[in-house]
Amino acid sequence: MLSLENITNTIHEWLNATFNPTLALLSEFVLIGICAIALFAMLGLSLVLMERKVAAYMQLRLGPNRVGPFGIFQTVADTLKLMMKEGLTPDGADKFLFNLAPFVVMIAAMMLLAPIAFARGFQIWDINIGVLFLSAVSSVSVIGILMAGWASNNKYSFLGAMRSGAQIVSYELSAGLSIITIVILTGSLQISDIVNSQENGWWIFKGHIPIVISFITFLIAITAETNRAPFDLPEAESELTAGFHTEYSGMKFALFFLSEYINIFIACALGATLFFGGWMPFHIGHWEAFNQIMDYIPSSVWFMGKTFFLIFLLMWFRWTFPRLRVDQLLSLEWKYLLPISMINLLVVTVMAIMGWHF
Amino acid sequence: MFITNYIKDIFNGMKSLLTGMKITGYYFTHHKEIITEQYPDNRATLKMADRFRGEVVMIHDENNEHACTGCSACELACPNGTIKIINKFELNAEGKKKKAIDTFVYHLELCTMCNLCIIACPTDTIKMEPNFEHSVFDRSQLTKVLNHTGSKIKAGVE
Repeated sequence: MLSLENITNTIHEWLNATFNPTLALLSEFVLIGICAIALFAMLGLSLVLMERKVAAYMQLRLGPNRVGPFGIFQTVADTLKLMMKEGLTPDGADKFLFNLAPFVVMIAAMMLLAPIAFARGFQIWDINIGVLFLSAVSSVSVIGILMAGWASNNKYSFLGAMRSGAQIVSYELSAGLSIITIVILTGSLQISDIVNSQENGWWIFKGHIPIVISFITFLIAITAETNRAPFDLPEAESELTAGFHTEYSGMKFALFFLSEYINIFIACALGATLFFGGWMPFHIGHWEAFNQIMDYIPSSVWFMGKTFFLIFLLMWFRWTFPRLRVDQLLSLEWKYLLPISMINLLVVTVMAIMGWHF
Repeated sequence: MFITNYIKDIFNGMKSLLTGMKITGYYFTHHKEIITEQYPDNRATLKMADRFRGEVVMIHDENNEHACTGCSACELACPNGTIKIINKFELNAEGKKKKAIDTFVYHLELCTMCNLCIIACPTDTIKMEPNFEHSVFDRSQLTKVLNHTGSKIKAGVE
């Protein structure tokens, strides 16, 4: 059967048979790099279009519908426009940091791709601290954002960057605590172990109400961490024009924009892996025939479907909920999410010790 | 008590958020609700709203007759001098001189579509039309004469 696992294994064997191991490894690096960049470009194009279409339909509009059928080439045209534009560096800016910041954000987003399992046996690096790696590296991008805000020499950018720092520092806590609940139930930080532990049912079904609560906490926290509305204070179009990327233009702006969507994709992929079983098909108990049919759907389709469902959920949030003020944002985290997720963690721990989950 | 209020807060918040999501979810799945008009494409079938004010026109019936008595109530009501009424005197059937309208000059370029002239008109002879395609290459084309050539006042309108 044709699967991504077989393709990668064939390429791996062929490279090792043709070249010596070092050269084979290096060429695999190059291949993975090309695949990652291609995936990023595709994600950027499709997610921006999806965002605009979802926004339009939720606001009783049509959205982009002129370039190509149903406007599917709108984002391609936009990207071409951004490529042709001049990447301006302001006079008063710290030139080196200003030009470095978009790449820091982008590289942080790229590193996050490593431990994600896209399909059965299709993973760049099955590191044994996968979940920890993801939650640690995802906060690296805040350095890039702070760098951009500071180097722009612009009060709006600086305010946006500071807000972004405050937001990510606070919401990292509840995101981490909700991830830990799954880690407790699984007993492993490795992504492949977490996915395999959900073979007989996804954690959101097996874990009763506490896991549903931690899923909701996780969803709120990743919305805040990816700087999306209703938590879009670092960008805050109404007060800060565009926040930390006010001074950026052309392709450097596009990198910020792209990394934002990549971060959404990765956060949703993590959510799908932890709570919805990653690439695991949907199985119901002992319905053998039903399970067989579900197994026929490729694992990559399952993974992408779940991830895009979560992305759609985040877009739904964005175009429905009103924005929060800075103080409301912080009180939501420190007064509500953090105590709830701490109690929830305790409940899940008791549940795991007593073996009350399925 | 603090803790009950706290939990009640959370539940009310979640409920109101879900109510909002229900509405946007309904709009997302029901595309018939879309209100966008794809204007140049749907020009043939475009229907403007009933109360849309595009320009002032004078109502003429099939005999090319209108109900304007030339009272210039609309001219007085207009806040920015959009309307200028020029009257003439006609001899009626009994040989008496009677005031009648000669030209109803309407400056579209000055009009703010405030509707005050329509309210002021005692015989309801002018009304607002939903026509909005007013762009022309010369400003003088926006100065319009509303009464048609050869039109006259309806019999019985004083």
